[in-house]
Amino acid sequence: MPEQRRIIFQHIDEPGYSNDLACYLRNGGYTTLRQAFQRKPEELIEEVKRSGLRGRGGAGFSCGLKWSLVDRKSGKPIYLIVNADESEPGTFKDRHIIHQDPHQLLEGMMITCFANNVKQAYIYIRGEFPEGARILERAIAEARAANFVGPNIAGSGYCCEVYVHRGAGAYICGEETGLIESLEGKRPYPRIKPPYFPAVLGLYQCPTIVNNVETLCHVRHIAAVGGAAFAKTGTPGNTGTRIYCVSGHVQKPGCYEFEVGRITMGQLLYEACGGPLPGRKFKAVIPGGSSAKVLKFGERFNGRRKVGTTLEEYNWALEDVPMDFDSLALVGSMGGSGGVIVMDDSVNMVEALGNINAFYAHESCGQCTPCREGSLWMKRITARMAGGGARHGDGALLKSVADQIAGRTICAFGEACAWPTQSFVQKFGDEFGAAGSAAPSAEALAKAEAPRAERTRLV
Amino acid sequence: MSKETPVNLSPETLSRIDEVITHYPVKRSAALPLLHLVQEEKGFISQESAEWIAARLELEPINIYELVTFYPMLRQKPIGRRHIKVCRTLSCALSGAYRTCAEFERHFNTYCGEVSPGGEVTIEFVECLASCGTGPVVMVDDELHEKVDEARACELAVRIKAEAARAPGTGGEQRK
Repeated sequence: MPEQRRIIFQHIDEPGYSNDLACYLRNGGYTTLRQAFQRKPEELIEEVKRSGLRGRGGAGFSCGLKWSLVDRKSGKPIYLIVNADESEPGTFKDRHIIHQDPHQLLEGMMITCFANNVKQAYIYIRGEFPEGARILERAIAEARAANFVGPNIAGSGYCCEVYVHRGAGAYICGEETGLIESLEGKRPYPRIKPPYFPAVLGLYQCPTIVNNVETLCHVRHIAAVGGAAFAKTGTPGNTGTRIYCVSGHVQKPGCYEFEVGRITMGQLLYEACGGPLPGRKFKAVIPGGSSAKVLKFGERFNGRRKVGTTLEEYNWALEDVPMDFDSLALVGSMGGSGGVIVMDDSVNMVEALGNINAFYAHESCGQCTPCREGSLWMKRITARMAGGGARHGDGALLKSVADQIAGRTICAFGEACAWPTQSFVQKFGDEFGAAGSAAPSAEALAKAEAPRAERTRLV
Repeated sequence: MSKETPVNLSPETLSRIDEVITHYPVKRSAALPLLHLVQEEKGFISQESAEWIAARLELEPINIYELVTFYPMLRQKPIGRRHIKVCRTLSCALSGAYRTCAEFERHFNTYCGEVSPGGEVTIEFVECLASCGTGPVVMVDDELHEKVDEARACELAVRIKAEAARAPGTGGEQRK
């Protein structure tokens, strides 16, 4: 197994490392920002493009490309918003960065601001991180006092302000246009694209960059080592390191930072995380936050894929799948936010889906009918099934509802809430009543019912 | 306007309100920060508070009501003196969050979402708290607690009761 390569998490859980400015400076903090001021902003953007950095929030969109789409000719101010709304179930990396190394984020932000001529930045942090918000506010005050934030930063003549803005418990604020609406003081109803691409019509209808916490920490690292050097880590098209947050049924859950694509699902779960709990076997894994499609142990994936410039055959068991954006997309799921949720053979998949569906029904913003109604129907159907009231055709009914949500909504929440249902029903047909058969087989029902009392309740 | 107010906010909250409004080029952006500040002091957002915030930001009351009724963390009613939030989402549920929640309910003789008898606590089942590797996780007011199984839940409940008994004027005497 490859070694962990801790770049963003270099100082996380390090004994004696504290989250104050003095400690950050002792460890070489803010030297990269000072050096960045010696360069032209365009050069910094080029470095990020060259690095191949892909956003770590969920979609895996090229960070350099995102920056290059910003409308610089409008004459309007350009804003940076840090998406610290970490709320995709299974994801818990930004919490550690904010709590333990907030100046790393601030330095990445200030470099990003300078590169993009941003004079005002906001950190949108989820409401459930009150301590994180206080830590960030203190870090900003320290940085302001030391002249790394505010007017004439480090004597460069460049000015930039940063404020923390707290959310109030709504998952939809992680969607960038919903976040912008929320920051404008409105209900966080996502905006339709086109025309409301944040790069052109974002916060206050001005060009806006929205980047994830981990992404901005990578920007600091890219500015330090250069885009070309960064691009040599990870794998082509999936550069740098990535923090995998593993939770659920493994011996050692936690955050693990590896070069992207240099580790397989099997290595991550069996070697880094110590494998399944005693006496259990892995059954399923959600690889990129709860909205990613579930993968089933025992599945095989084959086909041809592009490696560099050549086409290569692949024939993978789930354990062989490299943990990068493209490979996970190839096997029908996604790298998403890096939240890996593991379920073992004690889990009843109807109940697990019931849990996920309850989340999405609670979090739908209610703007688009298919999502508002459909997420509730899916929740009710799976709750009824989990309660012992499965009926003929429930699997097909669930699929039909999910199929009518995805692609019919303003934002990607539609897909996020449909994908779990679509994939659970397809892959665990015996527990849902396979598409062909009308209801779960008597055998499957008997198996699911017997140990019900001892099972951990999920819904 | 911020000097004499029907909602009687403390001078400290009022000065924080004045300050936070300066963070934004558009006043309306300060709506959520103001709601947080008022809720922190008052415990919930009353109709009067909502109307006062609207006036302070030169908005219509509906612009504030629509936020109070949308965001899960904003409340229109008072809650118990301590707020216990148990994460319900998948990773925590896989580690036994439903048992944790039931343990708190048993200790405080109440149900999720209600104020316990005597106003001691409100227990709430909430969605993902982003600490999935150490589930089940629980927040008691602003403080996060990890790996809260039934035994830890029991310890926490005992601690909350002991703290309530010590604090004068918060209902501790009532129980004696």
